[in-house]
Amino acid sequence: MRLREIPITAWIGIAGILLALFCAIFAPWIAPHGETEVVGEVWAPADGQFYFGLDNLGRDILSRLIYGARTTLFVALGATLISFSLGIVLSFTAAVSRGPIDTVLSRFNDLMMSIPTLIFALVVLAVLPQSIFILILVMAVLDSTRVYRLGRAVALDVAVMEFVEAAKLRGEGRVWIIFREILPNTLSPLLAEFGLRFAFAILFLSTLSFLGLGIQPPAADWGGMVKDNKDGIIFGISAALVPGGAIAALAICVNLVVDWLLKRTSSLKGGRGDA
Amino acid sequence: MPELLSVRGLKIEATSYPPGEPPKRVTIVDDVSFDLAKGKVLGLIGESGAGKSTIGLSALAYGRGGAEITGGEVLLDGEDLLALGKSGIRRVRGARVCYVAQSAAAAFNPAHRLGAQVIEASVKHGLMTVEEARTRALYLFRVLGLPNPETFGDRYPHQVSGGQLQRAMTAMALCSNPELIVFDEPTTALDVTTQIDVLAAIKHAIEETDTAALYITHDLAVVAQISDDIMVLRHGKTVEYGTAQQIIEAPREAYTQALVNVRQALRPEATVQTDTLLKVDNVTAGYSNGFKVLFDVTLHVPKGQTLAIVGESGSGKSTLARVITGLLPPLEGSISFAGKALSPALKGRSNDDLRRIQLIYQMADTAMNPRQTVRDIIGRPLTFYYGLRGAAKTARVKELLEQIEMSNGFVDRYPAELSGGQKQRVAIARALAANPELILCDEPTSALDPLVAEGILNLLMKLQEEKQLSYIFITHDIAIVRAIADSVAVMHRGKLVRFGPKSKVLSPPFDDYTDLLLKSVPEMEIGWLEKVLTTRRMESAGN
Repeated sequence: MRLREIPITAWIGIAGILLALFCAIFAPWIAPHGETEVVGEVWAPADGQFYFGLDNLGRDILSRLIYGARTTLFVALGATLISFSLGIVLSFTAAVSRGPIDTVLSRFNDLMMSIPTLIFALVVLAVLPQSIFILILVMAVLDSTRVYRLGRAVALDVAVMEFVEAAKLRGEGRVWIIFREILPNTLSPLLAEFGLRFAFAILFLSTLSFLGLGIQPPAADWGGMVKDNKDGIIFGISAALVPGGAIAALAICVNLVVDWLLKRTSSLKGGRGDA
Repeated sequence: MPELLSVRGLKIEATSYPPGEPPKRVTIVDDVSFDLAKGKVLGLIGESGAGKSTIGLSALAYGRGGAEITGGEVLLDGEDLLALGKSGIRRVRGARVCYVAQSAAAAFNPAHRLGAQVIEASVKHGLMTVEEARTRALYLFRVLGLPNPETFGDRYPHQVSGGQLQRAMTAMALCSNPELIVFDEPTTALDVTTQIDVLAAIKHAIEETDTAALYITHDLAVVAQISDDIMVLRHGKTVEYGTAQQIIEAPREAYTQALVNVRQALRPEATVQTDTLLKVDNVTAGYSNGFKVLFDVTLHVPKGQTLAIVGESGSGKSTLARVITGLLPPLEGSISFAGKALSPALKGRSNDDLRRIQLIYQMADTAMNPRQTVRDIIGRPLTFYYGLRGAAKTARVKELLEQIEMSNGFVDRYPAELSGGQKQRVAIARALAANPELILCDEPTSALDPLVAEGILNLLMKLQEEKQLSYIFITHDIAIVRAIADSVAVMHRGKLVRFGPKSKVLSPPFDDYTDLLLKSVPEMEIGWLEKVLTTRRMESAGN
C-alpha cells in the first residue's frame, strides 16, 4: 500500500482521529485549565481566554472537551472493539459448526436481543459496582448481539463456498477456517457496520451518562457535557453544541476511514468483482 | 439467390475499466463478414470471449453490456439495421429477427404462463390476433414435439423440464414467423440425452418453417449436425469460413484442425491388474430428511489407474464423490482405502487419510479463496501436511508451478487475475502439493473451452504417468471417458448401471441406459443426427 493511494477524505478522517487521540493522551499538558476547575461565570460566552466559553458550572469547555476525549474514545472504541471481537468469533463459530452449537448460540442471542438494550443496561449497571471496565464490558456484550446477527448472516454465505469445503477436506481446524478463509471475505460488511456501531457507542455512552449510570461526574465525557449544558439552549447559550459537534466530527472521521478501508477490501485485486 | 442477412466488415468495441488504470477501448469483434440465405443455417463457433454471442446479437442491432457497434453494416433483406432508429429496430426485433437464449430458465418470466409468453411478441407487433397466434403456437408445440401440446401453454416455466423449456423458447422465437432466428448456445446447459431431442426439434422446426438461423455454440460436433455453413471465430476475428462439410472434413487453418481433433489423443487402457487402492462397498447414501441419492453402489479403483464415472445431472455421481471424501457419511456400506477401512465421517479421518485423497472441483473460481494469492493457495497444504516454511516452501511452490506448466511469475497473483484454465491448473497444484495417492476430479474441464480442457487433461495424464496417481474422474462427457479412462462406471438415478474395464463397458451388448447415453453424444460427423434418429425410430417401431 502506498501513501499516495490514500484519498483525501481518508486523510481528513485519519487527522481527526489522531487529533482526538493526541488530546486524550496529552490532556493534562495541553488543556489550559483543569478538568473540574471552576474558572469564571456560569455559561460565560466565548472570548480570547476561553475559546468555547464556560459551562453550566463555570468550567472551561475546551479543557473539559480535551479531558473528555479520554473517556469517550476509550469507552466507545473499547466497547466497539470488544463487541466486534466477541460477535465475530461467536457468529462465525455458529456459522461454521451449524447444528446444536449454532442453535444454542443463536437462540441465546435472540433472547438477549428481545430485552430492550437500555433497560437491560440500566438493570445490570445498577446491580454491578460502578467501574469504567464494567461499563465497557456491558456496552460491548449488549452491542455484540447486533454484530452476531450480521456476522452469522454474512459468514453463512461464505461458509458454503467450495474453498471452505476444500479447507475442511484438508483437515483444517475451526480457527483457521474462521480467521483465514471466512474473515477476509466478510470484511466489507463488517467494517461498514463497525463505523456505524462506533457512532452508536458514543451515543449510548452519553445516554447512560445522562441517566447517571455512565461516566460519573465530575469526570468529563462528551455525551455527559451535552447533557450538562442542554438547558442552556433554552436561553440561547450554545455551550451544548460544542461537545455535540465534537461527537459528530469524531463519528464522521471514523466513518471516512472506514469508507476508505471498505473500498480497499472490496476493490482489492482478486476481490469478488464487487468494486 | 439474394442473401437474407448480409454482414459486412462488422466492428464492435467496448470500454473496459481495468482496476487502477484509465479506461480503455477494446475491440471485441474485428472486421467480420458473412452472408446467410433464406432457409439456411450458419454456425458460429469459438471459445468463450471469441465474440460469437456479440456477433449474434448484432443481427438484432443490439450491443450487450456496453458493447457498441462501431463499424460495418448489418443488412437484412438489403436494409441496414444499424441505420434504423429506435422505433425502426423495434419493428424488426421479435417480428423479423428473434433470439433464443442459452438459459431458457432465466429467460422466461416465472410469473406468467408459457403460452402467453410465446405469443406475446407476435400479438404486440400486430402480426396476428390472439386466436391466430394461439393456433400457430399449438402448431409449433407439435412440430417441436412437446408433450400435450394443447395444454402445454397453460403451464408455468417451473412446471416443465429444462429441455422442454428450451423448446418452448424456440417456439416463442418461431411464433411470429421470423425470417431469421439467432440461437445462442441453446443446448449447452442440457444433458446429452436431452440435448439430442432439443437439437432434433430445432432442426425439424427450422426445416418446416423455412427460417434462416445463426447457431452459436462452442461445440463443433453440435454445430456440424445443424449448419449448412460454419464460421470459426477467435479473439473476435474470423479464422475460417466455409461449408460445414469442408470445415469438418478438410479444415484448413491450424486452429480449426485443433478444434476438430480435440480429445482424440487416446490413452491405452491399462492391462496390468494392480492392487486395489479404493474400494466402495454397497454404499447407500442420502440426506438426513430420508431422501436417498445413492443406492447400493459397489466399485473399486486400482492403483495408478483412472476410473471414470459418467451420468447425467442428478445421477448421483457428485454425491458419490462427497461420500468418498467423507463430507457425506453413507447410510449403509463402507469404504476402504489401501486395504484399510476409512472412517465414514470427515471427523474420524486422520490428517494423513485426508492428505492421500484430494479433490478437484468443477468451478475453480469458487474452489479457491479469492483473497489468497497463488503462493498461499499452493503453499498451505505444504505447511499443513509437511510443515514446510520459508525458503523450502518457496522452492516447493516453484517446483509445483513448473509441474503444472506455469511460470514462477504467478505466485503473487490472486485467482481473479488468472484465466479459467490457469485457475484449474492452480487447483491441480494445490491437490498435488499434498502428495496424494488418489485425486477425485469432479468435472474439472466441463466449464472450460475445448482446447483449454484438452490441455488440462493432458496435464492430468502426464502427472499420472510421473507419480502413479489414481484418478476418479467424474464427467458427463463420453469423449473424455474414451480418451483417459481405464475403467468406467455408468450411473443413472443413483444406481450403478454398469461398471468394468473401459473396453467392456463401452462395447456391446449394452443395457438400455448406456445405449441411450452413448448414442446421444454428438459425433464430429455430418449427418450423425439423422442416423441416430433413424435407428431410434426403428427401435421404437420394433418395440
